[in-house]
Amino acid sequence: MSHEPALSTGAIGVEAVSMTKRFGDFTALDEVTLNVRPGTFHALLGENGAGKSTLVKCIMGFYHATEGGLLVDGHEAFVRDPVDAQKLGLGMVYQHFTLVPALTGAENLLISRADAPGVINWRAENARLEAFLDKMPFRVPLDRPTSRLAAGEKQKLEILKQLYLGSRFLILDEPTSVLTPAEADEVLGHVRALCEAGEISVLMITHKFREVTQFADDVSVLRRGKLTGSGPVSDLSHDDMAQMMMGHQPERKEINRTQTKGDTVLSLRGARASDRSGLKSIDIEALDVAAGEILGIAGVSGNGQTELMEMLTGQRRLLGGEIRVKDQPYGASRAEATALKVRYLPEEPLQNACASRMSVAENLAFRLFDHGADGRPKLWKNTRQILDNAKARIAEFNVKTTSPHSPIAALSGGNVQRAVLARELTGDVDLLIVANPCFGLDFAAVAAIRGRILEARNKGVAVLLISEDLDEILELSDRIVVMSEGRIAFETAAATADTAEIGTYMAGHA
Amino acid sequence: MSTAADIGIWGVPLAIIGGAIRVSTPFLFVSLGECLTERSGRINLGLEGTLVFGAMSGYAVAYGTGSPWLGVLAAAMAGVLFGLFHGWICKFKGVNDIAIGIALMLLGMGLAFFFGKPYIQPVAPDLPAIPLGWWSDIPQVQAALQVNALFLIGAVLAVALHWMFKNTRVGLAIRVAGDSTDAARAIGLNPDTVRLLSTAAGGALAGVGGAYLSLYYPGSWNEGISSGQGLMAVALVIFARWNPINCFWAALLFGGAGALGPALQSVGVTSGYYLFFAAPYVLTLALLIITSSPDKAMEGAPGALSITK
Repeated sequence: MSHEPALSTGAIGVEAVSMTKRFGDFTALDEVTLNVRPGTFHALLGENGAGKSTLVKCIMGFYHATEGGLLVDGHEAFVRDPVDAQKLGLGMVYQHFTLVPALTGAENLLISRADAPGVINWRAENARLEAFLDKMPFRVPLDRPTSRLAAGEKQKLEILKQLYLGSRFLILDEPTSVLTPAEADEVLGHVRALCEAGEISVLMITHKFREVTQFADDVSVLRRGKLTGSGPVSDLSHDDMAQMMMGHQPERKEINRTQTKGDTVLSLRGARASDRSGLKSIDIEALDVAAGEILGIAGVSGNGQTELMEMLTGQRRLLGGEIRVKDQPYGASRAEATALKVRYLPEEPLQNACASRMSVAENLAFRLFDHGADGRPKLWKNTRQILDNAKARIAEFNVKTTSPHSPIAALSGGNVQRAVLARELTGDVDLLIVANPCFGLDFAAVAAIRGRILEARNKGVAVLLISEDLDEILELSDRIVVMSEGRIAFETAAATADTAEIGTYMAGHA
Repeated sequence: MSTAADIGIWGVPLAIIGGAIRVSTPFLFVSLGECLTERSGRINLGLEGTLVFGAMSGYAVAYGTGSPWLGVLAAAMAGVLFGLFHGWICKFKGVNDIAIGIALMLLGMGLAFFFGKPYIQPVAPDLPAIPLGWWSDIPQVQAALQVNALFLIGAVLAVALHWMFKNTRVGLAIRVAGDSTDAARAIGLNPDTVRLLSTAAGGALAGVGGAYLSLYYPGSWNEGISSGQGLMAVALVIFARWNPINCFWAALLFGGAGALGPALQSVGVTSGYYLFFAAPYVLTLALLIITSSPDKAMEGAPGALSITK
């Protein structure tokens, strides 16, 4: 370590003893006991709202447990705030990046130190950072603004930051939710290696069983604030864990693929646009989606998927080529989208497809409030129609909301996703463009959303699915293309798809 | 007129250079202040008011004490008070920094006019100028290179600010607060405090810019002393991409544009020169249009700024 750590180095164990946390009448955490042994990788499983975040926030001092205590390295510890936690050697890597985008990696590391010097001697600091990096199993370029790093590199830098700060117990909050499978394996492999070297102990919040079996030593499962099981990973099967997590086997609605491929609905020819940095270009030579098929676009994040989505929604100017829907030029105006029956489910729908402070009912009415049943524009809004529509959609798509009048921002992620999908799939739809529909959702919501997309396909809708989750692409698609460096690198039928082959194209090595 | 004829048409660029140095100083100080404030994640539109109040208080104190430098100090202190007030109000929830800035601009001007009435007549001592044109025999060159000490201080300050943003903890803290409120909290910084102090320091610089107006060029206190330098500095900071050294060059450019009208007048252009008095405003508009882009977000813009969010 370059600067003097407060304590000696090496992994420490942390034990939460019978921790309870109540918010008013609501018990978020109910006598949970959890022991992370020094130098082990402990996974914390649970659905959204199971109390995982509450538990780690109690450990880190964001919340104070109503009852119960915390043992750090065998001693009782009172953690008043995250600064206290850091002094004890506890660090947390958040689900969303806490790096400052405009600062370089080196600047980010330095400013996060409590003892950052008043005047920084960059030559000396850079030398020390180099020496620190040399001891680490992985490297991240520190000389460029972190906004220019890929998601995987950012996540690695977050972990490096914690190690740099001298954390010897690390909480990772869904660290792989923004990473591709390959990146996730790499990052977790490094973390695992650090555990085995006795440098750190890790508590990782996750949804993904695969990561638990592959990397964790122990697992604890929370359900509705209670500990429903824990033990060494080697003793538990996926089914056991699912049982503890869900209380029952998750229901998976299997829909057979019925409809066969119809006419081409969406076609891109030579469509070009500049990417977000403005330095590179997105160039889609030819891309077709036919009625009754799901075309999956796989790729490592940051290879032009976001830009492609923006081109299709009219948010990014085309520099050349064209987009046609049902053989008509398509510019993604509201009138064109209505006439050609194009619907969208963008990623992070609360931000990109909702007015977050407006009510669920109003959000559900975005496609119908301004024209009557005859398609003619109308002046006065019809409150009754909006409310009736909302009630029908909420029931049909099983959206959990206290009332149609509550703001849509109050809904959980899965329910926002359901609500937007309800809006977009109502009425005649010929083309549905979807991006990362299941990002950050729990089991039940994922199954429901995927079921709806398949159902739409079977009704003859052409579906373009852009997703960074390869499993999702493989599960849903009829045909798969891989996007790499802003171009279509590879195409294959899903039935005969070879995951390894797709992986090499995703990584840009082929 | 005979000496002017000696150097002929060269009088125009010379007058522009001299004018640029003279006119740019208030632009420089206000834009450095605004740059500092915006890098911390707040926008202070009240600097025009701070500038005018600084001009008045600087003039008053210089007149009262006989020392122009005490006047500059007083103007800086007045600026600090305005900055603190802005920073303090803006920490409350639901308060918009732009609206508060406009209110403070009007308040600052109103207070300056109210307290400044008795100082319109008396003559306060001017700030000293350094004759950097001693090497030349040509009076125009000598006149153009009468450089005020504040201009040099401002130039040094621009470099110092740039260095501070890169090489000091304070500078990094300001950039963190300006880029992400959450990230600042996560590393134990209070973004409100960082912004309060940055706004106060920015206010001080704007106050000094005002003192330059009343104590050197034009060198007297009246109600029309500012021609919108405080507001144009906001555009200037955007044009300079929040970089203090760019602020220096941008201020010179604006100063040069401001000197265009008087320069033409001085060589005997009698008709139409007044159009060139509008040059800084035209330049503001033109620069903002030219440097805008329909596709790209502004590069270098602090992420937590309310106009770029």
